[in-house]
Amino acid sequence: MPLLEVKNLRKSFRMTDSLGRTAGQLVAVDNLSFSLQQGETLGLVGESGCGKSTTGKLILQLLQPDSGQIYFVGEELTHLSSRQMRPYRRRMQMIFQDPYSSLNPRMTVGSILSEPLLIHRLTPPGQVRERVIELLEKVGLTAEHQQRYPHEFSGGQRQRIGIARALAVEPQLVIADEPVSALDLSVQAQILNLLRGFQKEHNLSYLFIAHDLAVIEHVSDRIAVMYLGKIVELTSAAELYKNPCHPYTEALLNAVPTPDPGHPRPAALSGEIPSPVNPPSGCYFHPRCPYADELCRQQDPPLLETETGHLVACHHSEQVGRYLLRKAGTE
Amino acid sequence: MSRSRGTFLFDVVWRQLRQNRMALVGAGIVALMFLMAAVASLTHSDPAAIDISQSLLPPSIAHPFGTDDLGREVFVRMLYGARISLLVGFVAVGISTLLGIILGSLAGYYGGWIDALVMRFVDIMLCFPTFFLILAVIAFLDPSIWNIMIVIGLTSWMGVARLIRAEFLSLRQRDFVLAAQALGASDLRLIFRHILPNAISPVLVSATLGVAGAILTESALSFLGIGVQPPTPSWGNMLIIGKQTLGSAWWLSVFPGLAILITVLGYNLLGEGIRDALDPRLKE
Repeated sequence: MPLLEVKNLRKSFRMTDSLGRTAGQLVAVDNLSFSLQQGETLGLVGESGCGKSTTGKLILQLLQPDSGQIYFVGEELTHLSSRQMRPYRRRMQMIFQDPYSSLNPRMTVGSILSEPLLIHRLTPPGQVRERVIELLEKVGLTAEHQQRYPHEFSGGQRQRIGIARALAVEPQLVIADEPVSALDLSVQAQILNLLRGFQKEHNLSYLFIAHDLAVIEHVSDRIAVMYLGKIVELTSAAELYKNPCHPYTEALLNAVPTPDPGHPRPAALSGEIPSPVNPPSGCYFHPRCPYADELCRQQDPPLLETETGHLVACHHSEQVGRYLLRKAGTE
Repeated sequence: MSRSRGTFLFDVVWRQLRQNRMALVGAGIVALMFLMAAVASLTHSDPAAIDISQSLLPPSIAHPFGTDDLGREVFVRMLYGARISLLVGFVAVGISTLLGIILGSLAGYYGGWIDALVMRFVDIMLCFPTFFLILAVIAFLDPSIWNIMIVIGLTSWMGVARLIRAEFLSLRQRDFVLAAQALGASDLRLIFRHILPNAISPVLVSATLGVAGAILTESALSFLGIGVQPPTPSWGNMLIIGKQTLGSAWWLSVFPGLAILITVLGYNLLGEGIRDALDPRLKE
């Protein structure tokens, strides 16, 4: 049984005009299905606004889906009341992208970290302090930091505090919503190593959300690529990098920066991501796709298994790879 | 929590406020007013002691601010008047802030029909010209100081409610609130521990400015004779005694008038200073 299974998840937001009338519907997440095993990391990649963060919030029940099911250790979460949901909240946590807005500016680090322990009564009141110090040391901070306020810390240190808060309840699933994209490159590596260390230690599962393929390759077992609220390709990390079968994945791979400035760069993906309020006909990707033809303009390709464990939603998946830039050293 | 908020206020607000000379002047005036109210009983003289033989004496060493038509010491009456102003200012603002916070939090946190209901009520309350509403209410009730404070409080909470609602709407979606929600925090914990402490800064400003407004309203009501009733001294009803003898005894009008002016100025300067101190928020 997978730890987490998401089935046909859909979430839309109502758009209103200045008078409060419904002006349209923004489909943020459309018919999303995937599963995640204990101890596994699933990368979720896509451009800004494609519904990655919404997916994370839906799983944590911070948003209510329109339809679809979320199974966590076999229990369907979308029908639970907030009281029934509570024991599951302890087992799934989130790490946020922006370390500046994810910590309450009016609380000391000590009270931020003791809150989860108090809410779930995980630690006898007399031992909360020791447990907080233990958490701080686990993420590479020291006991004296607990008296301080978040604004006294750097971005990397704040992200460590955010990670300590998520780990305080000893969760099984952690949704990491672009946990390093707001940090310096050198700090990114430290945070990623920290996250990987905890995964080994506690057999954690991560849903690792990112907006490009640069970081995610090193942390993910499998990767799902999202475009306008849909998964367009889902396969193991190694397979995705070696043999991308969706033109969008190919474009993302080509966009990963290379350390060699003399290397020829292919044309970047042309055009903007279309508005999810008014998506294109047929395949959502066709206006930006170099392989697109009449079929793509008319028919939305279903997500099909082309090889074992490799799911793709493209009419021309067998052609994809033509424009893929082979990087020096990888091929 | 109270300790940590104290530290926050000290760290951020006070450090900024110290740089602002006008705000310090305002704080000084407010402190002086508290001092006046505190030393009132130390003078050992009765503000209502009538001594016709001493009536309408101009300011001198013996009578610093002169005496009024009944021979009462204007200085002592002003000290006692400071108590009334302080009391009215703080109790009225306390009532309006409390009401505003409760209704604004409900509207901003729960949204939907609760929000619609509360905000339409705010719109309705804002339609009444406040001062005339107070006049009408006082006409039915006894014009006692407690009724005045309650009525001023009940008619001035709308601004606070709107401020709090707006802060709640934006804070509700912030990551640290979502994080607390993901940890399983209850509604009460989210409101009182995570959202409200971060929404309180603009309310602090509006409350400080509100004290000035309440003092002005009380003075105006007392001046019209439907506020604090004689013989209890208030700056407003001292003014009306002065009005009758304005030609001959200027000190009866000038000192209470100046007191109102300076006090309101002090609260406004302090309020604006706090606003400036809080403005850059915590983005360093």
